[in-house]
Amino acid sequence: MWKWLHPYAKGEATYKLLGAWLPWLSGLAAVLMTVGLVWGLFYAPPDYQQGDSYRIIFIHVPAAMFSMGAYTGMAIAALIALVWQIRTAEWAIAAIAPVGAVLTFVALFTGAVWGKPMWGTWWEWDARLTSELILLFLYIGVLALYYAFNDARTGAKAAAILSLVGVVNVPIIHFSVYWWNSLHQGATITKFEKPSMPPEMLIPLLISIAGFLFLTAALVTQRLRNEILKQELHRPWAQQQLGVEVNHGV
Amino acid sequence: MSVVLEAQQLTSVRAGRTLFSDLSWQLAAGEILHIEGPNGAGKSTLLRIVAGLLQPLEGNVLLFGQPQREDPEHWQRQTLFIGHKPAVKAELTALENLQFQSRLDGVTLDDPWQLLETVGLLGLEDIPAQQLSAGQQRRIALARLFYSQAKLWILDEPFTALDTRGIDLLHQRFAEHLEHGGALLLTSHQPLTWSGERLQRLRIEAADE
Amino acid sequence: MNNASTWQLISCIMRRDLAVALRRRSDIINPLLFVVIVVTLFPLAVGPGPDILGRIATGVIWVAALLSALLGSERLFRDDFLDGSLEQLVLLPAPLPALALGKIIVHWLLSGLPLVILAPLCALLLKLPVDAWGVLMLTLLVGTPMLSAMTAVGAALTVSLGRGGALLSLLLLPLFIPLLIFAAAAVESTLVGTSAYGQVLLLAGLMLLTLTLAPLAVAAAIRVSVN
Repeated sequence: MWKWLHPYAKGEATYKLLGAWLPWLSGLAAVLMTVGLVWGLFYAPPDYQQGDSYRIIFIHVPAAMFSMGAYTGMAIAALIALVWQIRTAEWAIAAIAPVGAVLTFVALFTGAVWGKPMWGTWWEWDARLTSELILLFLYIGVLALYYAFNDARTGAKAAAILSLVGVVNVPIIHFSVYWWNSLHQGATITKFEKPSMPPEMLIPLLISIAGFLFLTAALVTQRLRNEILKQELHRPWAQQQLGVEVNHGV
Repeated sequence: MSVVLEAQQLTSVRAGRTLFSDLSWQLAAGEILHIEGPNGAGKSTLLRIVAGLLQPLEGNVLLFGQPQREDPEHWQRQTLFIGHKPAVKAELTALENLQFQSRLDGVTLDDPWQLLETVGLLGLEDIPAQQLSAGQQRRIALARLFYSQAKLWILDEPFTALDTRGIDLLHQRFAEHLEHGGALLLTSHQPLTWSGERLQRLRIEAADE
Repeated sequence: MNNASTWQLISCIMRRDLAVALRRRSDIINPLLFVVIVVTLFPLAVGPGPDILGRIATGVIWVAALLSALLGSERLFRDDFLDGSLEQLVLLPAPLPALALGKIIVHWLLSGLPLVILAPLCALLLKLPVDAWGVLMLTLLVGTPMLSAMTAVGAALTVSLGRGGALLSLLLLPLFIPLLIFAAAAVESTLVGTSAYGQVLLLAGLMLLTLTLAPLAVAAAIRVSVN
């Protein structure tokens, strides 16, 4: 693990590696999302029960999936940052958290919009939506802690510890909220769970999920590149990248 | 004389600024190392690295040839660090502070009153520390030195807020510590009364890149 | 050479924390008064009818308990940080998580335990049926150690920030949600006449998990904070 990671503990190597990945990730994201969303939103057949309103799942489901996925990714970065003291991993926390928070927000927003025709209200205390809301709070907590310190390094380490505390709690919160929901209003959640989806709907959904995966990866990659550049600005290679000479007037 | 403490190629970067790099030195039993340098040069950082509160970016610190990271608990048993902050509990009296602190240092005080007298706090023992002056609080913290069996003392500006008698007292205690084969690492803006071979000086300046 | 054993060091730290806290009794009493006052506000806001009060009683008492835990939490490591005791804590020849657990236990003795004892008064004010008092106290007895442990994590993370109050609530309150859900459900099931055994057992399991993991997080956070 250490041997494999070590060259990438240095900012420059990671920056260049990520730069090589970026066009592929963004390209795949653009193609897959266009195909998945156009197919899903315009050509897939309407649902026999919900009509056209179900089409929001082509955005809602992938966003919800990767809002959780990004949190896991952030926690893995946090673990690497704390155990192996790798600074790139610390920056990855700052790179992932806002992307995850936005995905969570998109999942919440589309869930609420979907709720209007489904339940006749913009907000329903549905287990999935409630979990997403709490996840959003957790993301905001990590971000707030990351940027609360004057010393960036301290902030990153504190945020890393909080991410790990959070990732232990996420399954517990998730379970407790679903259990709470079943206690109070057992009927609503089943409406989300479609027993079986015809392939004309499933295939565009899968394509869209893949598109969101690459979009998330591309956004994180670009953010991480920016973060590396920002933190390494005092080094010559970073200044060369920007084509500027930064003067240190202390 | 045997080497107590050795620093090997220490490098420290704080907030993107290199404080010192490739710093190596040795400290033998019976010696003082006086770290000098302007404000913000990294004197406290160096002391905190030796104490084990901070990790250097690169390099090693060895106590009796053993690296710090190998057995931090053993390291902590052999060293005593007193920083800028006195670690005196404001709500507790001088006597209570001494009693708790000595137990944390693994020492049972046979006669705490004697210790209070030595550090010039006799008669003030019942007053909560928050009502004492900065110098008197400092004396509570420094009382640790008068029972400590630790081989290495790491003191960050120990003379701050002390009067001349307090400074003399501390110098006497340092001499005893060194005679018993102890070693001392300190920063101070006050001049030290030592001269000659026992005293080493190390000057650090913040290196700009 | 410091030959004190880990256990001696932990007990000494705990006794010192207790001695300091007993000199600042208002810090112990104020959060408790806060709970009583919050509880008093609810009948005034929603009306004193026993139907509605009895239904919301558990929720109100537990939310008040969570908020009062936040109220006192900032102090948990703040004084130690400011006077230098926290860095001396790191330098003690004992595992830092064990020392952190000691501090968590003292915090619980001074904040959680009094709350358990105070619970019947709150239950009385909110007209919670007497049958449920026992389970309410039981959930508090099992739940408040978790509050102390989680609060310690948040307090250790934010101790070096001058003003951590609002940030601390942001970090901690979402993590309290499972506790709130299961504790409220335990009392609820007693009220409807079913057994609360399962929920209390679940809470006890969560408590053990929290008391095992939280000291590790507290220790890591203290190390970052004394930097």
